[in-house]
Amino acid sequence: MTHEAIHASVMSPDPMLAHPVTIKRVIWETDDTFTLQIDMGDFGSDYGFRPGQFNMLYVFGAGEAAISISSDPAQPRGLAHTIHRVGVVTTRLAQLKRGDMIGVRGPFGSSWPIDVARGKDVCLVAGGIGLAPLRPVMYALLRERTAFERIILLYGARSPLDLLFRVELEEWAKERNVEVLVTVDRGDSSWKGHIGVVTNLFSYLKLDARATLAYVCGPETMMKFTIDELERRGLPESQILLSMERNMKCAVGFCGHCQYGPEFICKDGPVFTLPRVRHLLDKKEL
Amino acid sequence: MHIIESAVLGQLLEAIAARGYALIGPTLREGAIVCDTIRSVDDLPRGYGDVQSPARYELRRVDDGTYFSYVVGPVSWKKFLFPPRMTLFSATRTGKTMSVVPGSNGTAPPMLAFIGVRPCELSAIDVQDRVFLQGDYIDPTYKSIRDNCFFLVVNCAVTGGNCFCASMGTGPAAKAGYDIVLTEIVDGDHHFFAAEAGSDRGKEVLDAVPHASAGDVEKEQAAGVTARAASSLTKQMDVEGLPQILKENFDHPAWDDVARRCLLCANCTMVCPTCFCSTVEDTTDLGGTRADRLRRWDSCFTQDFAKVAGGNVRPSARARYRQWLTHKLSNWVDQFGTMGCVGCGRCITWCPAGIDITVEAGMIRGHNTQE
Amino acid sequence: MQTENLTEILRQHPFLAGLSDRHMEVLLGCASNVRFAEGAHLIHEGQVANRFYLVRTGRVALEIDVNARGPLRIQTVGPGEVLGWSWLISPFRWHFNGVAVADVRAVALDGECLRVKCENDHDFGYEMLKRLSQIMERRLEATRLQILDVYGTTPGVSV
Repeated sequence: MTHEAIHASVMSPDPMLAHPVTIKRVIWETDDTFTLQIDMGDFGSDYGFRPGQFNMLYVFGAGEAAISISSDPAQPRGLAHTIHRVGVVTTRLAQLKRGDMIGVRGPFGSSWPIDVARGKDVCLVAGGIGLAPLRPVMYALLRERTAFERIILLYGARSPLDLLFRVELEEWAKERNVEVLVTVDRGDSSWKGHIGVVTNLFSYLKLDARATLAYVCGPETMMKFTIDELERRGLPESQILLSMERNMKCAVGFCGHCQYGPEFICKDGPVFTLPRVRHLLDKKEL
Repeated sequence: MHIIESAVLGQLLEAIAARGYALIGPTLREGAIVCDTIRSVDDLPRGYGDVQSPARYELRRVDDGTYFSYVVGPVSWKKFLFPPRMTLFSATRTGKTMSVVPGSNGTAPPMLAFIGVRPCELSAIDVQDRVFLQGDYIDPTYKSIRDNCFFLVVNCAVTGGNCFCASMGTGPAAKAGYDIVLTEIVDGDHHFFAAEAGSDRGKEVLDAVPHASAGDVEKEQAAGVTARAASSLTKQMDVEGLPQILKENFDHPAWDDVARRCLLCANCTMVCPTCFCSTVEDTTDLGGTRADRLRRWDSCFTQDFAKVAGGNVRPSARARYRQWLTHKLSNWVDQFGTMGCVGCGRCITWCPAGIDITVEAGMIRGHNTQE
Repeated sequence: MQTENLTEILRQHPFLAGLSDRHMEVLLGCASNVRFAEGAHLIHEGQVANRFYLVRTGRVALEIDVNARGPLRIQTVGPGEVLGWSWLISPFRWHFNGVAVADVRAVALDGECLRVKCENDHDFGYEMLKRLSQIMERRLEATRLQILDVYGTTPGVSV
């Protein structure tokens, strides 16, 4: 199945039922972020996802966490999630080893559109763990390299030790007409790259604003200042997409927790075009 | 339209029960009329009425022997379609292997007959249908109970002090969606029900009990009952343009005013027949071999509701009340095509601070409707 | 010959975009072409700020010595950007080190020379200040965002 042909499938008629799967491999990316590769077992045959979608991962007795899928949509059996250890459930996930079982349900949510990017420049702007849901986009774009024009990845992290997927970043930079610019908020004397906010990286680029689609993912503050910068550089708001995040209990629009104004982030999002949510972004305590 | 004598009401209930339904209906419980399992017509709160106003609920006696001279109480039918506490699944762990079984685990869903549903409540069920049955996903528990549900609706002959169904377009007469609708009529010594079927199975039940055909007089009497009820309503919600007004008044000072009064007790969301927010709970047994995942009702008024990694998006009372009202009367329209409010007035009755949703919406609109 | 080349180079740098020919002449008198090898210091914390640099290629890291923790790098300045504005603001001293993290080619502008010209020709001075204040504003904004530590586990700002 191509990643385009896959319809967001719910794995059973009961969308709240977790399906047991096995952990195939655990990769520690940094000291607080790790990737779980999943052996889907029986569900692999029907499972597919689009870039930007997420699964609910269940840990026995501890609860669920909504985690973006960070693997290649064209290889659904290679399902993987890159997880930042930050709360109760993610801490339990961090303790798991190869062979342990967790529950999975999904995929859920809207996705980064790939079709509309054909013939255009694509600029991915990632902050921190925000690179994880954008990695599937990069895979999709590189898989059909000639369908897209310039590909730019701007990635900001806290420090050099917090950078994810360093090997892949270098590999992507070698691809035809792909630029990868990486910056950190602070560095030591061994870091020879950029230091500063991710939006500063735009100073080193000349964007063709009318032909560029920008996909932005990271902490909300970072996304807001990135949007400001993109608009300062002339990108129309319809060409800017972002991925929002809220607390989720169900992921199917029933529990009400993820509401953002009238939007359910779990099913109307998490990926939104800027025009749809921009009037909500500045509302405090929405 | 049929005429059913009041003495036949019991047989009507028996006929429904005989067809395999468990009867749920109004009954007296600890000083209030709630919806609960009933066995027969004798469990109905005959001869009772209620007095409701902001933060006030009291029973009273009526002397005409009527069965339905009250309106709605603190329990709504959502308790049965959307259970307050429910097991989603159970996980078992042996060594590294984990298996999962659904909470229903093969048990057949109950066949319930809701006796005495008010028109506003019928609308509330329709509102929840849109949430749980008509979106991208279906709640299987809701569906399995709802599919079998028999609705015996009763039009309102009296209205409550907090009711505003007419302005919400939901009552006091039911338009459609019932299996049977009754209007209780007392004409001198003659105590009877005008009855109409809204479905084949409703017709079949009505035909199975002693009945007569309604003449023009009875039809007029039935219409008169609900017309009088409509004119007795004392509250109304001005819904014209309200969804847009709420969107445009995110920073209205009225939010601060209600925030000073709101206790964040979440009563309103519990008694509201359309509120659907829930949360999940994980419990394990002592041995750590079995874990249950439960769903239970939640409320946007609780402190934890809007927790996110590293913070809370709605810490203030102001933001939480605003979220509830704006969702109920504005965002709901974007999400589900109708407002979430049906005008039943429960939130006004059961708010310990007596906050009135019609008044608060009016305040945002700019009218000062307080005396 | 070298002066003409320098004019071309200056014209291309974004900092001087829109500068009139007359003001470009004024500036030229204080300008020179410079190179720094990777690892070299362009500026030193505490020293008199006599020059500022229009970076053409390479990258300069701004460093503060935090004693026990060694030097902390808080910002890099790259092609098309400007290093330093302390030459215009009393007490005319650098507040940090500037280390080339890659070979750097830049145009050095003599701070004292420019200060005199700004005093004598207020129109020219205004053009310099206009541009520098823009850079300072953007740098301040960026620094504030860095302080928010948005990628930290407990962000300072509620989302």
